[in-house]
Amino acid sequence: MEVQSSIGLSHFLFISVTLFSLGLFAVVTRKNAVMILMGVELILNASMINFVAFSRFGNLGVNGHIMTLFVIVVAAAEAAIALAIVLNIYKNFTTVNVDEINSLKD
Amino acid sequence: MNEIQMLYFALIAMFLPLVGFVITLFTGKKLKYAYIFETTIITITFILSVILLLNKVTTFIDYRFGYALDVALVWAGNWITLPNPITGNPTIIELGIKFDNLAAIMLFVVSTVSMLVHYFSIAYMHNDPRFNRFFAYLGLFTFSMFGIVLTHNLLMMYMFWELVGLSSYLLIGFWFEKKSASDASKKAFIVNRVGDLGMFAGVMIIFLTYGTFTFDKVFAAINSGVLPFNSDFWLTVTGLLLFAGAIGKSAQFPLHVWLPDAMEGPTPVSALIHAATMVAAGVYLIARIFPMLTADALLAIAIIGALSSIIPATIAITQNDIKKVLAYSTISQLGYMVLALGVGAFNYAFFHLVTHAFFKAGLFLGSGSVIHGMHHEQDIREMGGLRKKMPITYYTFLFFTLAISGVPLTSGFLSKDGVLAGTLAFGMLTGHYLFTVIGFFVAFLTATYMFRLVILTFHGKPRNLHKYDHAHESPYLMTIPLIVLALLTTFIFYTANPIAGHSGWFLKDWVNTPQTVAPESSRFDFMISEAKTYDQQIEAGKHHVIHSEEYTHTMHTAEAISMVLSLAIGGIGILLAFSIFQWKKISLDPLPKWMVPIHRFSYNKWYFDELYDVIAVQPTLLLARFLAWFDRTIVDGVVNGVATITRAFSMVIGWIDTNIVDGLVNFSAKLADWFGYLFRKTQTGSVQTYIVYAIVSLIIAFVLLVTI
Repeated sequence: MEVQSSIGLSHFLFISVTLFSLGLFAVVTRKNAVMILMGVELILNASMINFVAFSRFGNLGVNGHIMTLFVIVVAAAEAAIALAIVLNIYKNFTTVNVDEINSLKD
Repeated sequence: MNEIQMLYFALIAMFLPLVGFVITLFTGKKLKYAYIFETTIITITFILSVILLLNKVTTFIDYRFGYALDVALVWAGNWITLPNPITGNPTIIELGIKFDNLAAIMLFVVSTVSMLVHYFSIAYMHNDPRFNRFFAYLGLFTFSMFGIVLTHNLLMMYMFWELVGLSSYLLIGFWFEKKSASDASKKAFIVNRVGDLGMFAGVMIIFLTYGTFTFDKVFAAINSGVLPFNSDFWLTVTGLLLFAGAIGKSAQFPLHVWLPDAMEGPTPVSALIHAATMVAAGVYLIARIFPMLTADALLAIAIIGALSSIIPATIAITQNDIKKVLAYSTISQLGYMVLALGVGAFNYAFFHLVTHAFFKAGLFLGSGSVIHGMHHEQDIREMGGLRKKMPITYYTFLFFTLAISGVPLTSGFLSKDGVLAGTLAFGMLTGHYLFTVIGFFVAFLTATYMFRLVILTFHGKPRNLHKYDHAHESPYLMTIPLIVLALLTTFIFYTANPIAGHSGWFLKDWVNTPQTVAPESSRFDFMISEAKTYDQQIEAGKHHVIHSEEYTHTMHTAEAISMVLSLAIGGIGILLAFSIFQWKKISLDPLPKWMVPIHRFSYNKWYFDELYDVIAVQPTLLLARFLAWFDRTIVDGVVNGVATITRAFSMVIGWIDTNIVDGLVNFSAKLADWFGYLFRKTQTGSVQTYIVYAIVSLIIAFVLLVTI
């Protein structure tokens, strides 16, 4: 039990932070819009781990789990819309390289 | 007529020519016959003046003392009242007219000559493009001259004095297209200014001392012992300053140079203004201020008169222009009048003024008739033998010449004789016989040069046959004035006895010599009479004293002597003229050697014009050029300098504006531009950059939240 109890909240949070950081890194550095979307998925996953971990160690019942399910659903919807956007970007700019899409500054 | 009516008539007579002037001037361009209106006005004025003269000398005479005494009619009103806070007595400037015998006679003379000149001009000036304007100017002149004649104060005298000067200027320069005419008018005006400056100073001294311009009040004040600056000397100076005006207006030496040049004007103008009336205004002024003249002033006046009579007489004898001869003769005769006033023969001076006005106007109109008949030829060398062609002109001209030469039965004989008697009496009383000698010598010269003129013009053979063939007698409009003036030149208008002028009504009853009011210390010895004041002298029945009884007695003696002498001298002069120019007994062709320099000196008018050119005209021009240079260089230099400084200032300010002020504005713009440039770098348009900003901001916010 001692061993069991040695895996605590901080471990989960460490995983979550790592995942979040990787996701953020992907969002900021990737050139490909699809890769950025993948990074966003990683960030969503990191948040979900947090929800579940706080639910397990924080006496919060099943609220965390339910929230995670919601996130999964929303992430699926988000992926659908985001891919549609990426398709439209490709249509307009004939590229998905976000470095070349800087018309916001105009 | 009563007194008021007389004065009203005099005022009407004075202002009618002004009405004529204004109306003729403004309608003259449209109405061809405006001159008839002006001439009618002058004729009415003439009739008025005859009525006034006859009434004055018959009705307004004081016979209380057994002889005729002039009663002056005065109409005066306050014009300006100047308050005087120091003494409390306000200074009152009066305007008014004084109608005494002198004024009545002068009014008659001026209106008569003016009317005749008007008629003469209708014929003489016909076809002139400015015909009506000529008549308007004549009207203006007549009005101004009436003003001088009638005024009872020095201020109005001065005003009208300038007005006659103006009308003289306008009429001399009437043919201003001719350079010589416009030059002559300017010369006349400027030379007159010199004299008028003195007159103005005299008038101002009088006003300063007495606070009034009115003659009678000034004389009364002098009589009661008030003198300018409390000295006899300044009374003399004041009299001489006023006399300076007369020197200018009456063309006396040394300001006589304008009158011969004034002959550039139309001949009727020369007759009216420069022979009969305006130039006599100076003599009239001296007559008006006569009571206040001291012995020194009178002596100076006599000297000026003597010089003015002899110098032009010597010039006239060699001149070849018919009008120039008459002009110098006029100066000479005016010099006679001034001389007569200076030696105290007041009534003879005035008598000579009147007779000279008629016969000299006649001479000028006669010369006008000759010039008209000869188609504007004025050189007597081109004439000769005109007697047969122009009989009326010839006989009247000859009669006027007899008058000016002093031949009996003419008025000129009476008055000239009196003037010479005056100089002789003065010489007998004071020992100044030089005046007498000059007077008689001038009488001789006058007879000679006038007969030279007559002989060269009318006698002998014609020297220019072409011009002689075209010569013709003038129309009646020109000859009738000559006949009228010739009638007025006979003795009968002045006295019943043709050889005793002093017993005639003109001198005995009409002209009273005013009593001098100068302090006794500054009178001639013979002028100090027993009766001290004017009233006392009237009481004593001494109105007939010319200065004093002593002078009158001497005059009686002198008259007989001078009559014989002047007849002899005049006769010699006439004989000389005939023997040289008519009978050629004395040959002056070629001139004897000793005469050549004298002739040249006389022919060149004593070089007066050249002298004045050197001493007055050239320095004035030099001064004017210097002032022009000063204006252009210094005054304009200052103005230009100020402009340059202003320009320099504005350049500095402009530089500050463009560099510093604009620099600041541009700098702030640049700064904004630079900041914009700087911050534009952050706006990449790339979504990832924005995300980085958001995250960095978030981290900073967290860090701040945690640390604070």
